[in-house]
Amino acid sequence: MTLAAARSALLALLLLTLLFGCSGRGDEGEVVHFWALGREGEVVTQLIPEFERLNPGIRVKVQQIPFTVAHEKLLTAFAGDVTPDVAQLGTSWVAEMVALGALEPLDTRIAASREVEQADYFPGGWTNNVIGGRIWGVPWYADTRLLFYRQDLLREAGFATPPRSWAEWVAAMRAIKARAAPRDYAIFLPVNEYEPLLALSLQQPEPLLREGGRYGNFRSPGFVRASDFYLSLFREGLAPPLNNTQISNLYDEFARGHFAFYISGPWNIGEFRRRMPPERQDDWMTAPLPGPDGPGASIAGGSALAIFARSKRKDAAWKLVEFLSRPAIQLRFFELTGDLPPRRSVWRAPLLAQDRYAAAFGDQLERAEPPPPVPEWERIGTQLRIVSERAVAGQISPARFRATLDADADRMLEKRRALLAREAGR
Amino acid sequence: MRRASRAGWAFAGPALFMLGLFFFVPVVLAFALSLTDFDLYALADLNNLRFVGLANYGELFGTPLFWKALGNTFYFVIVGVPLSIGLSLGAALLLDGGLRRLSGLFRTALFAPVVTTLVAVAVIWRYLLHTRYGMINYGLAQLGIEPIDWLGDPSWSMPAIILLAVWKNFGYNMVILLAGLQTIPADLYEAATIDGASAWQRFRHVTIPSLAPMLLLVSILTMAGYFQLFAEPYVMTQGGPVESTVSVLYFMYEQGFKWWNLGVASAVAFILFVLMFVITMIQFRIARARGAI
Repeated sequence: MTLAAARSALLALLLLTLLFGCSGRGDEGEVVHFWALGREGEVVTQLIPEFERLNPGIRVKVQQIPFTVAHEKLLTAFAGDVTPDVAQLGTSWVAEMVALGALEPLDTRIAASREVEQADYFPGGWTNNVIGGRIWGVPWYADTRLLFYRQDLLREAGFATPPRSWAEWVAAMRAIKARAAPRDYAIFLPVNEYEPLLALSLQQPEPLLREGGRYGNFRSPGFVRASDFYLSLFREGLAPPLNNTQISNLYDEFARGHFAFYISGPWNIGEFRRRMPPERQDDWMTAPLPGPDGPGASIAGGSALAIFARSKRKDAAWKLVEFLSRPAIQLRFFELTGDLPPRRSVWRAPLLAQDRYAAAFGDQLERAEPPPPVPEWERIGTQLRIVSERAVAGQISPARFRATLDADADRMLEKRRALLAREAGR
Repeated sequence: MRRASRAGWAFAGPALFMLGLFFFVPVVLAFALSLTDFDLYALADLNNLRFVGLANYGELFGTPLFWKALGNTFYFVIVGVPLSIGLSLGAALLLDGGLRRLSGLFRTALFAPVVTTLVAVAVIWRYLLHTRYGMINYGLAQLGIEPIDWLGDPSWSMPAIILLAVWKNFGYNMVILLAGLQTIPADLYEAATIDGASAWQRFRHVTIPSLAPMLLLVSILTMAGYFQLFAEPYVMTQGGPVESTVSVLYFMYEQGFKWWNLGVASAVAFILFVLMFVITMIQFRIARARGAI
């Protein structure tokens, strides 16, 4: 019932894992503790036996952690001095972990490595892990957002190919909306998700935070453009002002033609394959996100593998990172999970090159931009979601919306500014 | 006098020492923490800690989600506590009266949810509450009621949490109230019956006044427990959908262990403490005014 009870249960669990974690360390050589999250944590255990065969002195203990609690667990582990040797990190957490001083810089290891070649990686996923001029993680899989759309509806509206620029996109949406039934729409942008707006904002030349992440930059011309475009889709009635929970079944609604465009990520390829009715399977497709003028950028997300500063087995941990970064292993990982490989060479393998739904993602990853690499970003992003929802509902004007965001971001970044100023003063 | 007080201190001393060490010191430290901006940066290096006075409190009062959490918690308490006590009292009366022969069996059965692990219970309840396959919606369908998306619809998620919490906890109060019922002398009832009191009048004028101290105790305990709603939303909904099940304690947990803003989290804890203190005082005052204690 109470927090205290839940905490003591958690503590007991932790003690138990510690006990098990400690047993049998002596006789099996080096044991690398690897924290992997969610589905990836489940699947990666299938790749470990091969690693252990190739590296007889090293054993890997995979600790599988649900994605929803992983962030808390990592911070708690840091506070309690029980960080693993190597862990999978969501890209938005890297800045936080670096601010804590929890991670080991990987520059020299990467420079000396034959397995991890920077040139082979998509740039967005890579720069995500570069903070303060040093590299703190190696991308494990990539993630981005792009268009899922109904080919047939687009064709009926008079467009043979998916839109490439905002102008083409709006023209297509208007044509679709004009032909649609009164309660149908052109696009579904769940108002409780901030990723579509974030993706449009990352297409702009101005960064979302200015002066090295010291202040919000939400009144810049770029964000004005992106947010005006985003809000106009609702104002024009091209998008319904609904959130995820208000739409009963996304896949049914998409199959019914309730909307023709949807911005989502790679996991939905599998979901659409499974959930769209057979007669609609040829009607849906993926396309890169249209930009202000021509193909635009999107969000660089995904996960990286990072080594912890307090690890006593960094060399063994690095071997594991190198092993998991091998193109052949990444291809198997893609087969097992559907996670997009972060390396271009893997995309040339027939399995990926011939996947018609994946192709757009491979293209988009070349133009993926990471969100601002500051520890406060996750909270600022949450604020972006909450405030943009109010702007869509018309409770605040677009100008007020952007001013609020700047004020909120400035407040959240106050401590960062103070610390940076103190550091500069030293 | 001198010797007696010395002996008294000697006996109370160890307990007071432990209480001081494990209760008062942490409370004072937590209050001190609530006046700082302890966060991720301070976790990395204590030099990054700053004294901010009451700024955390000020910021909280300007945070919409905090108010929402407070509203959700009040919703839970205002609906959940009377429901829970009512159900406990009803079950206790049944056990004390009609079902006396099988009392042992029922007492155990109704007390079982209190001692089962919440996480295990939550798994079962998620099945029960499932929109399409759940038994609850199946039952409602028999009555011609459309299926309810219990855990996905923001307006039904809190009722679902209340349902679970009440079911899980009413057995505890039931046992206390049952013990109270069994101490009411039978001659009071006999006298009332002879005076021509109906069953309702006997309940209203004999049972309730005799139980009053118990009811006060139970209501204070339940209120205090329900204000600390955390585990149910944590295992069932993670605060969703649309923050409809974020309680004050859940909010505190997220601030403290998700964002690691321990300064803000401590401030939340103190606000909750003050709130519960005030409400318990009010309960006492009402009880005293009505002569329950």
